[in-house]
Amino acid sequence: MVKNTAKAAKKGAISIKNVTKVYDPGGVNVMAVDNCSMEIAGGEVCMIVGPSGCGKTTLLNAIAGFHSITEGSIEVDGELLCGPTKPKAEQGADRMVVFQHGALFPWKTLQENVAYGPTVQKAMSSGEAMDKAGQMLAEAGLGSFIKKFPGEVSSGMARRAEIVRALINNPKVLLLDEPYRAMDALTKQIMHESLLETYDRTGVTIFFITHDLEEAIFLGDKVHIVTTRPCQLKKTVEVNIPRPRSYETQSSEEFRKLLDEVNEAVHEEAVKAFKAGERELA
Amino acid sequence: MDSTTVKASETSTTSAPQGFDMVMYRIKKHFTRVDPYLTIIGIFLWLFAYWVLCEGLKIWRFDKLPGPVAISKDWFSTTPFQGISIFTQEYYDHIVVSCRRILIAFGLATSLGVPLGLFMGWSRSIRDFVFPIIELLRPIPILAWVPLSILLLPGFEGPVIFLATLASFFVTTLNAMLGVDSIDEEYFRAAGCLGSSRWDVFVNVVVPGALPFIFTGLQISIGVAWFSLVAAEMVSGDLGLGYLIVDAYMNNVTVPMVIAMITLGFIGYFSSACVRAVGNKLMEWHVKELNQQGR
Repeated sequence: MVKNTAKAAKKGAISIKNVTKVYDPGGVNVMAVDNCSMEIAGGEVCMIVGPSGCGKTTLLNAIAGFHSITEGSIEVDGELLCGPTKPKAEQGADRMVVFQHGALFPWKTLQENVAYGPTVQKAMSSGEAMDKAGQMLAEAGLGSFIKKFPGEVSSGMARRAEIVRALINNPKVLLLDEPYRAMDALTKQIMHESLLETYDRTGVTIFFITHDLEEAIFLGDKVHIVTTRPCQLKKTVEVNIPRPRSYETQSSEEFRKLLDEVNEAVHEEAVKAFKAGERELA
Repeated sequence: MDSTTVKASETSTTSAPQGFDMVMYRIKKHFTRVDPYLTIIGIFLWLFAYWVLCEGLKIWRFDKLPGPVAISKDWFSTTPFQGISIFTQEYYDHIVVSCRRILIAFGLATSLGVPLGLFMGWSRSIRDFVFPIIELLRPIPILAWVPLSILLLPGFEGPVIFLATLASFFVTTLNAMLGVDSIDEEYFRAAGCLGSSRWDVFVNVVVPGALPFIFTGLQISIGVAWFSLVAAEMVSGDLGLGYLIVDAYMNNVTVPMVIAMITLGFIGYFSSACVRAVGNKLMEWHVKELNQQGR
């Protein structure tokens, strides 16, 4: 198996063009995403920040192929995923999702979970896949837990294993939907370091949704701040802090400045979202 | 060396007990808790109340029933006064016949009900096709099927097994279907992402994900199978524990009647325990997950 190196790092450019998504629950049209465009370069860590319920997950679901879009198009490496003629993208192992609540199969051990993808895609025999899975889990520091079920390990370990399960398929894009939301600050730190280490090693494109602004700046190359529903791109903040980044980065002057900038933009949207919520409930 | 370091070195050298020692340790540990004593006291209290009502005070109406002393005298006697004891062949004939019927009925219901329920949960069109009919037939009490089953099937065996199968089939099917409904949507999405075919999803997500519900259903369904079996044996039977109860009642011998009832209790308990054990064996992940949560 070839490891993703600098050459492969160019892969996985996502181009979101004028995407609109209208839900219609109970006959009332709700616009979740309105004419949203975004360009994500291959091998970039792209962080999406915005108020709750603003349509970030809708965007992720469209890229992953869980939901259709109403208008616009999404391309990966110039290949059309979904567009006017094909509203729903097909699900595929080139775009791997890591879920908010964790979706390791609880009835399979960590090793079986990781080996699952290559086995069903018939990319490897099940024996090979199990060996490779064991090896990759060991690299992620989970070597002594490969025979454990997800219910037996901590949430941090499960999340790391889930990322390994995604990476074994050599995806172009990793889609993460608030994967560290329910974690305590200490576990989060370790998760960040582990993700950055993985990124430095594989150079996979990362599309990461979060509410945590420090997380966004610490991990990202770019932070896209989106507006409250309907979701549009409000502002893009470039993070030029060199990699590899360590935890001390977070106390630097530059980091603080970026944080203020992002905070200001997000706060404005959060206030809008809150008022809109009050109106809706009134 | 002070006392704390001595203690520490002692604990570090003692390894976990092995084999027989482990069993003894577990038993000892079990009896240091209060619940086994409560169970024992509970059983004696019930037996005592039963004895007081039937034999001690001979309360009105209860004096017609055989008490615990009369029953155990006959049950464990080589020459039972009322014909049934653990030393008579007849007793075992009834047990074997009932158990065989349950095995066939429960086996049939499970092998038909589980796949049908899974497919109903998995595929919208199969559900639309089958579910309304099942929901229509399910509320019909199993005893209402008795005449029809006697008309439909020849002999004693057919109708009895049919009724037990039917009752247990509905429970199993419904639980298997609800089991699929209970699976979190994210597992299906994850499986799709990882490149599963529709069949991969069925084998790797639908079946294992529905197992906890299926086994809850099977435990209920084996109970329902016993219930309808005995009811059927009472109406149409030549042998079996249900038949023994009615037959004893008709012949005015009350001791075999109660012996058959208690025997049913024990066998029912044992059969549920077997189903549970198989379930725990198949769902190691689930057992471990519950253990982790301290349950």
